[in-house]
Amino acid sequence: MQVKITVNGDVFVLEAPAGETLVELLRRLGFKSVKDGCYTGTCGGCTVLMNERPVASCITLAAQADGASITTLEGLADGERMHPVQEAFLEVNAPQCGFCSPGMILTAVSFLRGNSDPTREEIREAIAGNMCRCSGYVKVIDAIMLAAGKLREGGSR
Amino acid sequence: MRNRGAKVLADTELKVVSKRLPKVDGKSIVRGEARYTKDFVPEGALFAKIVRSPYAHARIKKIDAAEALAVSGVELVLTHEDVPRIPYTTAGQNYPEPSPYDTFMLDNKVRFVGDRVAVVVARDRLTAERAARLVRIEYETLPAVFDPEEALKEGAPVIHDEPDSEGIHDPRRNVAARILAQVGDIDEEFRRADVVSEHTYYSQYEHQTPMEPHVTYSYVDESGRLVIITATQVPFHVRRIVARVNQIPIARVRVIKPRVGGAFGVKQEIILEDLCGHIALRTGRPVLMELARDEEFYGTRPRHPMKLTCKTGVMKDGTIVANEMRVVANTGAYGSHGLTVPSNTGSKSLPLYRARGIRYVAEVAYTNLPVAGAFRGYGAPQGYFAMECHMDEVAHEIGMDALEFKRKNLIRAGDKDPIAVKLGEGKEGFERVVRTCGIEECIQLARNAVGGGGKDRRAGPGLQAGPFRRAKRGIGFALCMHGTGIPGDDIAGATIKVNEDGSFNLLVGATDLGTGSDTVLAQMAAEVLGVSLADVIVYSSDTDFTPFDVGAYASSTTYVSGTAVVRAAEKVLRRLREVAAEVTGVEVDKLAFENGTFKTPGRGSISIREVALKSFYGETKQQISETASFLNVDCPPPFGACFAEVEVDLDTGKVLVTDIASAVDVGRAINPDLAEGQIVGCLAMGIGYALTEEMLFSPEGRMLNASLLDYKIPTSLDLPELKGFIVETVEPSGPFGVKSVGEVGMDPIAPAIANAIFSATGVRLRELPFTPEKVLTSLRAAGL
Repeated sequence: MQVKITVNGDVFVLEAPAGETLVELLRRLGFKSVKDGCYTGTCGGCTVLMNERPVASCITLAAQADGASITTLEGLADGERMHPVQEAFLEVNAPQCGFCSPGMILTAVSFLRGNSDPTREEIREAIAGNMCRCSGYVKVIDAIMLAAGKLREGGSR
Repeated sequence: MRNRGAKVLADTELKVVSKRLPKVDGKSIVRGEARYTKDFVPEGALFAKIVRSPYAHARIKKIDAAEALAVSGVELVLTHEDVPRIPYTTAGQNYPEPSPYDTFMLDNKVRFVGDRVAVVVARDRLTAERAARLVRIEYETLPAVFDPEEALKEGAPVIHDEPDSEGIHDPRRNVAARILAQVGDIDEEFRRADVVSEHTYYSQYEHQTPMEPHVTYSYVDESGRLVIITATQVPFHVRRIVARVNQIPIARVRVIKPRVGGAFGVKQEIILEDLCGHIALRTGRPVLMELARDEEFYGTRPRHPMKLTCKTGVMKDGTIVANEMRVVANTGAYGSHGLTVPSNTGSKSLPLYRARGIRYVAEVAYTNLPVAGAFRGYGAPQGYFAMECHMDEVAHEIGMDALEFKRKNLIRAGDKDPIAVKLGEGKEGFERVVRTCGIEECIQLARNAVGGGGKDRRAGPGLQAGPFRRAKRGIGFALCMHGTGIPGDDIAGATIKVNEDGSFNLLVGATDLGTGSDTVLAQMAAEVLGVSLADVIVYSSDTDFTPFDVGAYASSTTYVSGTAVVRAAEKVLRRLREVAAEVTGVEVDKLAFENGTFKTPGRGSISIREVALKSFYGETKQQISETASFLNVDCPPPFGACFAEVEVDLDTGKVLVTDIASAVDVGRAINPDLAEGQIVGCLAMGIGYALTEEMLFSPEGRMLNASLLDYKIPTSLDLPELKGFIVETVEPSGPFGVKSVGEVGMDPIAPAIANAIFSATGVRLRELPFTPEKVLTSLRAAGL
């Protein structure tokens, strides 16, 4: 079917074969930050924001995203200026292999929009759907705490 | 968290090393610009799907691919009749590999459920998967054996009955390898001992489960060379092995490792590259192979399950006189790392405690289960699980405090490791002396961090706590030492090239898996050259453009590749010093070098940037570029201690780790953020190993839980706040004093948790993992 989809502010109108998933469509369009680690919606590597809410794009059909607005990690920075969550992940060296980072960062961005002053336990719950095998989540949670502080100081984003 | 207590280091002069700098690939990762193997695959690349065996043991009578080939979009179906039959090992080890050559690209026999039978090549994944189901295979099933001890018995089905495998210890008895190493007259020591204690432990199949499954992309370039972009720990071993099994010269193969999404040992293995390269050569088309998550579990190389028996002779005062470990290891259907992993089980764990008599015995059995291989710790976590639980039991039996007992017998700085010389990496060993040992600081840090610092402010055993109605709480600990590289085997090369602006290209064969080796190697180069990290441009792991390196395994990279980098940087600095002398007219040895500037006595100074420019455009015009190589001849041990507090729910058997700390003596931490990342990463993986992770099999040998839902790696909700501590000692043999950090932290976690469960309940669990059903059964048996 024909799908009209907005990705990081750009509108794409294209043919999506039956059964194509959103992760496949996004990667086909060149948004390679979207990672597929399991194809079953378990690992969280393929997390993107669909109308501002995190979804597992490997179990979302491209057709379901028709008319939706998608944010991938490529769309988070404003040119050279990174989002505070990106800055925080970089500053505390939260990523190791980095394969879970795109999904983790987008989940954190969405979570912090609804909770600007979280506890570490609340962060634990928020990222429970994003698996990481490298970090034990320690520096990931450090980064999200730091980002929350940055967002409170910096305001808007 | 970083200990700056007991040993204050003379590191005030360091500018780049020892600093918490962002990873050199960090920005590209957080911006979503980092490129992993699959991100390089162009539209229109073929997809190759492996057809796998449904039987644990069978001969292939006939393969009919006609129906699969008839599917629109299918290009090719390959079976054992179509590919060269060359025995090899999939283990990515130094040549000649110490693993048996018992594997074939495709074979006429299958040896476990999931073994490779054929490969279907099609225009895309869906077509390949559909066609793979249409390949008709006629099998003659054979009796299978799944228990390693059964496999070793007379009359067991022979798994490797092919005539052309090489290096199997005893194929007719399913013995992949056998190991015996002895120090002193251990039998006499056992006779002399006041108490002799023996216990047996069991460990499970644990899977590495990197977030990025195995993936390889191959194509033939415009000059007819095979290019393999792949998620690997061992690009140079991949090049050699792929060339050999495809019967083409090494010179015709280029292997590139881009960013890798985690590895943990499972990518020290040629899982896809042989076939993927073969298909690219055959079709001339770009080809992608990527394992689905279920194949990642049973089709790769998880941790060897083992039965481990520890026997120790002690005197009444707690002195250990004899220490023995006997192991039966299950290597699965092929012997990849089958000799060396079980060698390490003994050689990494037994030296921790002094004893006049030491013995290690191992038998490695083939079974019709998935193939075991390299996994973070490389046999040592199994050895430490058994030995550190056993030593706890021995202390209990002789009425001594476990910490006091272990401290009394610990190896110390200045000691020789007696077993190293007898038990090497699948061959004779080497002299090894402990020069630095921070284990006491590790003990104190980890102990003080858990459960109120040993004083246990909250509770003693028996208190109700946490979310459970009826629970017991206790604290346990375990100690460990590990190694740094493989002496006599590991070599690494590094090239540093000067640019006109005083920046430097650092080219290393070393393989960054997300560990941060690109960053720490660049930090070391920058420190020597007196420049900032941003002035060092790292390029790694491309067999055409970077020097040789054995790859990322055996906790070697920072130490081994790091030494090569420091040597190359020192050579470049010498050359730049000559240029500076020429420019300033001052003799070479009169020049001082500080903060990136050559200083003359009386004629001012010249920065390394100016010298770099002059090297190209001054009197003597030249490209300064130096390569250095390092052969590792040592194996300095990092040390570690883990203290864990658990709550055991008496109603369900669930074990909750409520507090846990791990401290590791790493030598010097080149980048403390990254070293801490390894320590807490091991903590998480170790908790999974102890409590939830286990590959389960049906009676027919089929894996039952091959998904991320059913194979339970820890999520953020399954873990407490993990406390990781760096203890620094300055190892004289390491660059800037480094030892290693990648694996050591894996060793003490499971036994610390087992000992905590014992301290909470008085119940001793000797079989990993401690699932609620096992714990509850043991609690009930003990009347709790």
